[in-house]
Amino acid sequence: MKLVTAVIKPYQLDAVKEALHALGVTGLTVSEVQGYGRQKGHTEVYRGAEYTVEFLPKIKVEVVTDEIDVDKIVDAVVTAAKTGKIGDGKVWVTSVDDVIRVRTGERGLDAL
Amino acid sequence: MEIDTGNTAWLLLSSALVLLMTPGLALFYGGLNRSKGVLNMMLMSFSAIGLISILWAVYGFSLAFSANGSESVNNIIGNWGYAGTSTSWVGDMWGETGIPTYVFMAFQMMFAIITVALISGAVSDRFKFAGWILFAFGWFTLVYVPVAHWVWGGGFIGAQIKALDFAGGTAVHINAGAAALALALILGKRIGWPRENMRPHNVPFVALGAGLLWFGWFGFNAGSELTVDSTTAVAFVNTQLATAAAVVGWLVVEWIRDRKPTLVGGSSGAIAGLVAITPACGFIAPLPAVLLGLIAGVVCALAVGLKYKLGYDDSLDVVGVHFVGGWIGSLFIGLFATTDVNGAITDVLGANEGLFYGGGATQLGRQFLGSLVVTIYSFAIAAVLAIILKAVKLGRVSEEAEVGGIDISDHGESGYDITPAGGSGGGGAFAMAGIKPSAAVDADGKADVSQKVAG
Repeated sequence: MKLVTAVIKPYQLDAVKEALHALGVTGLTVSEVQGYGRQKGHTEVYRGAEYTVEFLPKIKVEVVTDEIDVDKIVDAVVTAAKTGKIGDGKVWVTSVDDVIRVRTGERGLDAL
Repeated sequence: MEIDTGNTAWLLLSSALVLLMTPGLALFYGGLNRSKGVLNMMLMSFSAIGLISILWAVYGFSLAFSANGSESVNNIIGNWGYAGTSTSWVGDMWGETGIPTYVFMAFQMMFAIITVALISGAVSDRFKFAGWILFAFGWFTLVYVPVAHWVWGGGFIGAQIKALDFAGGTAVHINAGAAALALALILGKRIGWPRENMRPHNVPFVALGAGLLWFGWFGFNAGSELTVDSTTAVAFVNTQLATAAAVVGWLVVEWIRDRKPTLVGGSSGAIAGLVAITPACGFIAPLPAVLLGLIAGVVCALAVGLKYKLGYDDSLDVVGVHFVGGWIGSLFIGLFATTDVNGAITDVLGANEGLFYGGGATQLGRQFLGSLVVTIYSFAIAAVLAIILKAVKLGRVSEEAEVGGIDISDHGESGYDITPAGGSGGGGAFAMAGIKPSAAVDADGKADVSQKVAG
């Protein structure tokens, strides 16, 4: 099993959610995070004094899936989250050893 | 003399308008401040309403506005004729205005309140509240009361130097600005300034406060004619035009320099214009008022950057806006004052018309001298008071309290509770789980484990 983690622009969350839903993904976890990539933050000017806002608000989306669907899910997230402008985010994939459904105790793929 | 109900009604309304400026200032300053000191910032304004109102009635009005029998003494200070809240002068009218002296006393009370409150913008987040109250008491007594007498009450700046000040350029804005500079220099910089991010925490507050100040300022300026006549009308129109021009001036500076015009800039421009037109509003014509506003907007926008170059932490730019704006307005009288607007300039006040109206440079020199005297006196006394307060440990809060926030350390309250109402029933996941944010510790670093009910 794999964990697909995507850090995306907040504005793109709906598009990513719909793309995953269209693929039949049944569940995902979303959290508000802050960070920056190559574009760094942005500057704000008050009465002529510049302040650098280093960390920008981002959304982290996490999906656990079987290995067969990983590429489809990654492609869907990348396509949906892409605006072509700087700051679109990153997607990465990590291995997951096991998953347990809390309600029933099912393990592995059955728990997804 | 009989009561003039029109004049009296206008001045009662003006008094209420001027009082509204102080809560407006509280919002303006509160929004410009960081969130951890917003309540202290606003309380410094509200506490001025409480303290100065009483002091004004007990001795301030009398010493500022009664005439001392000895001319040499009267050049410096009045007497005790109106001290306390005696009923002996309930029926008195103020001069030839047809307004009860009590109404004039109330109108001037509001000026004293906001002048003291203005100073607080220079010392946000770090001045012990007890120190602030003592400073307000001392500065009001030793500086505001005599300076108001010098400028308006028959003292030497109005009567001997013959410098003009329609509604408070010298007595209010230069006076408060000079004190603010002294206080900021003696108290020192906020921890982390200017390296750390100290941007305004609530820009809509800033705009709301500026709007209330603008509204109230019509009472401040047009009320200062005391009666309702054509000069009142010009003062009202000048207030609007100069302020509008200053908004434009400030925004143009930002657009050119920073490439983006801001709401903080527009709001600040309004205040700069209001400050600058204050001394001149009843003496100059509307077109020079527009020029005055434009210059004030541009110069004050540039002046607020001085603190970074010179290294003093005038936190909310009292010097850049009020001190600089006050000077601009005061000097403008020397350039543009005309008897076409106000016949009293030469007949009653014994001053000259401005340089551009055939009066020569005389009045410009008088305006410079009057403003300089107030600058030096207010700066010096404020500095002495601040040094004394520091010496008796009533200057700055501790470093720990400053970093943690003066709202918690000095007042035991905080501006914002972002957990859902009642502590549950929606909101974020942490709130639903009943997890308190780590900020919920008191000044001693102890976690908040129970609620206490006062009394």
